[in-house]
Amino acid sequence: MSVATNHMHAGAAAAASASSFDPAAVRRDFPIFDTVREKPLRYLDSAATSQKPQAVLDAMDHYYRSYNANIHRGVYQIAEEATAAFENARKRVASFLNAASPREIIFTRNSTEAINLVAHAWGRTFLKDGDAIVLTPMEHHSNLVPWHILAAEKNVELRFIPLTSDGRLEVDALPGLLADGRVKLVSFVHVSNVLGTVNPATEITRIAHTAGAVVLLDASQSAAHMRVDVRAIGADFVACTAHKMLGPTGIGMLYGRRELLEAMPPFLGGGEMIREVSLTSSKWNELPWKFEAGTMAIAEAVGLGAAIDYLDTLSMDAVFAHDQALSAYTLEQLATVPGLRVLGPSAEYRGGVVAFTLEGVHPHDVATVLDRDGICVRAGHHCAMPLHEHMGLPASARASFHCYSLQEEVDALVHGLHAARKLFAR
Amino acid sequence: MDELFRENILEHYKHPRCHGTLEAADMSFEDANPLCGDRIKMDFRVQDGVLTQVRFSGVGCSISQASASMLCEHIEGRTLDEIKTIGRQDVLDMLGIDLGPVRLKCALLALKTIKAGIYGIHSDADDTEDM
Repeated sequence: MSVATNHMHAGAAAAASASSFDPAAVRRDFPIFDTVREKPLRYLDSAATSQKPQAVLDAMDHYYRSYNANIHRGVYQIAEEATAAFENARKRVASFLNAASPREIIFTRNSTEAINLVAHAWGRTFLKDGDAIVLTPMEHHSNLVPWHILAAEKNVELRFIPLTSDGRLEVDALPGLLADGRVKLVSFVHVSNVLGTVNPATEITRIAHTAGAVVLLDASQSAAHMRVDVRAIGADFVACTAHKMLGPTGIGMLYGRRELLEAMPPFLGGGEMIREVSLTSSKWNELPWKFEAGTMAIAEAVGLGAAIDYLDTLSMDAVFAHDQALSAYTLEQLATVPGLRVLGPSAEYRGGVVAFTLEGVHPHDVATVLDRDGICVRAGHHCAMPLHEHMGLPASARASFHCYSLQEEVDALVHGLHAARKLFAR
Repeated sequence: MDELFRENILEHYKHPRCHGTLEAADMSFEDANPLCGDRIKMDFRVQDGVLTQVRFSGVGCSISQASASMLCEHIEGRTLDEIKTIGRQDVLDMLGIDLGPVRLKCALLALKTIKAGIYGIHSDADDTEDM
């Protein structure tokens, strides 16, 4: 079955076959950069959402034009094709994350829903009064709020791995947090969407498992940029989202270790997630469909499959090396801007995210000045209010990269920051 | 952008009017824009239905700070009834620019704070104005 996946755009292959990764060639695969507009698009907000290559657009368009049908029910040809394409996307995700089986991949709307699924179906069932959960201060709200809700409901204590002054996790403090044996879950972000810090996921998972805790890894920012091998890391649950990994919005993924998923009750009730329904009760479907109620995002799954094919062609190692090199270059260049403070660690600990503040200029104003030159950066707290509070900042500006990001975009950023300083000098 | 950072906005941002706090104010109100962390506190002194003095403090971007400065300058010495009639368009007219939905929230934070303070309660009246 290859309906969804054989529309690889020729450009990706060309870019990847070159001996060294060429972001300018990769960029040509992304039609948004060809769109005629008043000012050039310098997109430095890929941590918010990535741009989409032609191959993804084509795959989704082809689905809607050629074999749009609901899945799992119809026995006619295009329904079979749609079902096969949807399940093929699941297989692609499973191999991309190196899951033991596609049954361990649950489609959700996004990472947030994936984490909520774990909080509801696993947390409500297996956590009890007096248990504890370990999180970190650098979590996105999506990996805080579900646990706040659960903690209030279940009288569960929340503990936090402390941060070093340069924005890394003090992993040495983790055994102490686990020592009383009450921690049932360690849930943490793989790559911080603000600090850019790449957390040592394998080491944290190993320590958590030693204490008998289940591990949830928020891979929203990592799966899109680097190789995430769920079995090598050993995490029990991994949440990620398609729209940050060159795929469409509206679909995310939860990897869950099979024994855990089997033991969990469903998350949402409805069609597809059941095997038998009587008027007063129902029997759950098997994995993974037990967790997929209602018509799923079919075109989006097809697009996600195409995005994974595209990323595989580029190679995740090449994408990550590119992100890291661009971050290192950005740190170097930002050091030339007076009054600029970079948040987070040095380049060696960082993915493709660089957040900063500029003395005397509010991040919103920074973003607005940069927008004059078509430079898209994020301004605000990036859904990480506790982290900003920890750093004593109401907000920050953030530049973030993906495979199509160019050094000249960073140069434009630095140029714009000098201009912002000048404009706002009191 | 040069439009967005017109001289009058930058001027008010760099040299805000009515900036500060009032000891023993008759009314005070603080509001924040949770999306961007902007925060404005308004202190009011009122006599016989007239706002005799207003001071604002807080942190925010140029648009939120400039609109606070302009609004405070505008309302000082006016009756509370007059102040209640000030709306979103008045703020945009003062700023002299059009704003997209995100920056509109920055521009209207001061007005929201003033209205909530003047009405003495958090009014829902403006909730649709900044949508």
